Formats: sequence, structure tokens, C-alpha cells
Amino acid sequence: MKTTSGHIINEAFVLDLLAKIPDPEIPVISIIELGIVRDVLIQNNGVTVKYTPTYSGCPAMDMISMQIKLALKEAGIENAKLEQVLSPAWTTEWMTETGKRKLEQYGIAPPNPIGDSDKPRCCPHCGSINTQLLSQFGSTSCKALYQCLSCKEPFEYFKCH
Amino acid sequence: MTSKHSSYKEPLIQYLVFLADTNLILSQRNSEWCGHGPVLEQDIAITNITLDLLGQARLLYQYAAELINKENPSANETEDTLAYHRLEREYKNLLLTELPKGDWAVTILRQFLYSVYQQLLYTELLNGKDKHLAAIAEKSLKETHYHVKWSSEWVLRLGDGTPESHARMENALLSLWMYTDEMFIAAAYEDKSITGIAVTELKKEWLTRVSAILQEATLAVPSDDLFMQTGGKTGVHTEHMGYILADLQYLQRTYPGANW
Repeated sequence: MKTTSGHIINEAFVLDLLAKIPDPEIPVISIIELGIVRDVLIQNNGVTVKYTPTYSGCPAMDMISMQIKLALKEAGIENAKLEQVLSPAWTTEWMTETGKRKLEQYGIAPPNPIGDSDKPRCCPHCGSINTQLLSQFGSTSCKALYQCLSCKEPFEYFKCH
Repeated sequence: MTSKHSSYKEPLIQYLVFLADTNLILSQRNSEWCGHGPVLEQDIAITNITLDLLGQARLLYQYAAELINKENPSANETEDTLAYHRLEREYKNLLLTELPKGDWAVTILRQFLYSVYQQLLYTELLNGKDKHLAAIAEKSLKETHYHVKWSSEWVLRLGDGTPESHARMENALLSLWMYTDEMFIAAAYEDKSITGIAVTELKKEWLTRVSAILQEATLAVPSDDLFMQTGGKTGVHTEHMGYILADLQYLQRTYPGANW
């Protein structure tokens, strides 16, 4: 199968397109780095992208599915389908290491591996380990609010989930 | 008065609608706090919980709509038609969820009583008869754990707080308790043969968990001979329900199919 401009459509080609789609709420990481893309199926009659939502009510999910459709259409893939996979439920374990690094550089403490303490490793601003929880709920479903007791700056922590 | 929605008799569909309505109506109630929370962090917390409940309701409505359309191809149901186009008697939410938001004590206590129940119920649903519903439960449970944790902490803080906060929690307990038994009385569509879950059997564990927190919060667990009100699961609602629906459905009733 080829795009309208004649490019061969294969999994790598589609994954490449998806890797350019930023998370609408945290634009420094892509949806691939966030770990929500489960599978890409190339069939004779089109492309199916399987994805797992992060949090059920996350408003970014509708935007992301629209962006996926748009990106595939712009690349000349006419028949693109999206399929939501609920089980197994999304976990921060699926976030890539690059994604975690980018989060930290952006000022959001990345999630720890599941099983570790559910507390940020350190303040993303000054690196101090002396931090405290302000609220389990932050500006988006996936984040908690913390404050660094060394540099006094508040920061967000991407919760283990 | 009924609409076409009353014609969907399939028990699983009714059960999904019950679960979805309960989350939708509680999220609608909690959303009244948006911009009015006692402090910014808690305003954000309650609205985050609200968003989780709404998201879970969407997954349940989407699945119900899919099953309805499979049975009746001309039905054209969607998550939106189910949420917005039904009549009061067609909503199956627990009465507990439709009561006014009250003060912060009422909101906290209701969230706590409901979240503990939701956690128990959805854990059972993981091994229930329907695979897709199990997947929705799996997704939702991760969020419900935060809700239980957050609301438990607030029950402790208010119950074991100042004389004022303690008195408000006592009042909240008195006004909400009579609506809790409904959670454990199975409606016809909730029978074990359909869902694979004996909801009556969850009561003991719910009471144990709830009592533990209440006692730690220095609050007396209400006696078990209090009058208990039921009706929500079969569509018989309190006088508050009509006002919620007026608010919730206004836009879709005025501009049918409006979108943005």
C-alpha cells in the first residue's frame, strides 16, 4: 500500500509520523515517548493505530486522536482508523527513557519505576532531594504538585500510575 | 412519560447505564465546586476527581451505545444521546450522587462513601462476566485508588479537626447515611447471573473499611436500624434530580446536536 504521493506505507513510516505528534498538555514529549501507542496495523484497506488512554477523563485524549488522524491524512494515508485499547491499562512504565529525560529538562519530575517510592527522585530545578507533597492532584490528571524545600520552587511530578 | 431509551431492556445495557449515570451525576455535582473550592489545591483536586468520573462514565456510555446499536441498528445512540437525551425516570444513578453538594463536609463524605464502594465493586468487575466491562473497571480502578486516598485523608482532617469541622461532618453523616444501603441492594439488571457479582456481599467489607476511617476520625458510625431510602437504581429519584438535569441537558435540549 502507498500514500497518495506514492510513499510506501509500512509500520516504520507510520511510527515516524506518530513520533512527531506532541502531547497537547506536555508538548516536549511525543505520544510515542508518552507510551500510549500500542500497535500499528497495516492492512490492504488502510492503517489502524491502537492506543491506550492515560486517564479516562483526560481531555487531551480527544485532541490526540484528532491529531493522529490529521497527521496520517496529511501524509497521504486515506483510510486511517483508531482503536482504543483499555486493557492492560496504561502505566507510566511505558513511558520511554528519552521521554522521562525530556520531562525533567522541561521542569516536570518524571515518574519513578513502579514499586519504587511514589515520590519524585529530586527537584527538577535544583536537584535537591528535600521535597514535599503539596497536593496529590495537579494541573492535569497525570501530575501531582510538589515543592522543593531547598530552592523553594514549586514543581510538578508525573505520578507513577 | 418515557422516551425510546426505555425500550432497551437488555440487562447488561441497563447495568452499564446504571454505572455510567452514577458517575455522570456525581461528576456533575462535584463540578459545582470548580472555581469555588476552599483552597486552590483542593479546588483542583475535586475537579480532577470529577474529570476521572466523567471519563469513566464516557467509556461506559460508549460501550452501552455500541451494544444498543448492535441490537437496533437504527437506534443511532452515542455517549452523548445517552447522557443528554433521556428523561428523569430513565436515569439509574444512586440517589446518593444526586443530593446537593452541601458544604465541603458533605462533598468529602459523599466522595468517600462512594469511592470506597466503587473500589470494591470495580475490583469485583475485573473478574465479572463481561470482558469489556472488566477492561473499563481495570482502567478506572487506578484512578479510584487516588479518590479513596484523598477523601479518606479529608474525612480524618475534618472529623478529627476543630469542633466546627467535626460538627459539620456529623451533620453530613446524618444526612447521607440513609442513602448508602441502596448501593448493596441489587436491581433486577444487577443480578449475579448477569454481572457475575453479588453486590449484597460487598456491604460487609464496605462497612469495615468505612467504619475504620470514621472511627479514626472520631466520628460515630450510624446505627444499622436507621431508615434507608432507595429508588435511584430503578429511576425513582429525589426532588433534586430534575434541577440537575435542567442544568446538564439545557444546551442539548435548546440546540439539539450542538457541537464544538
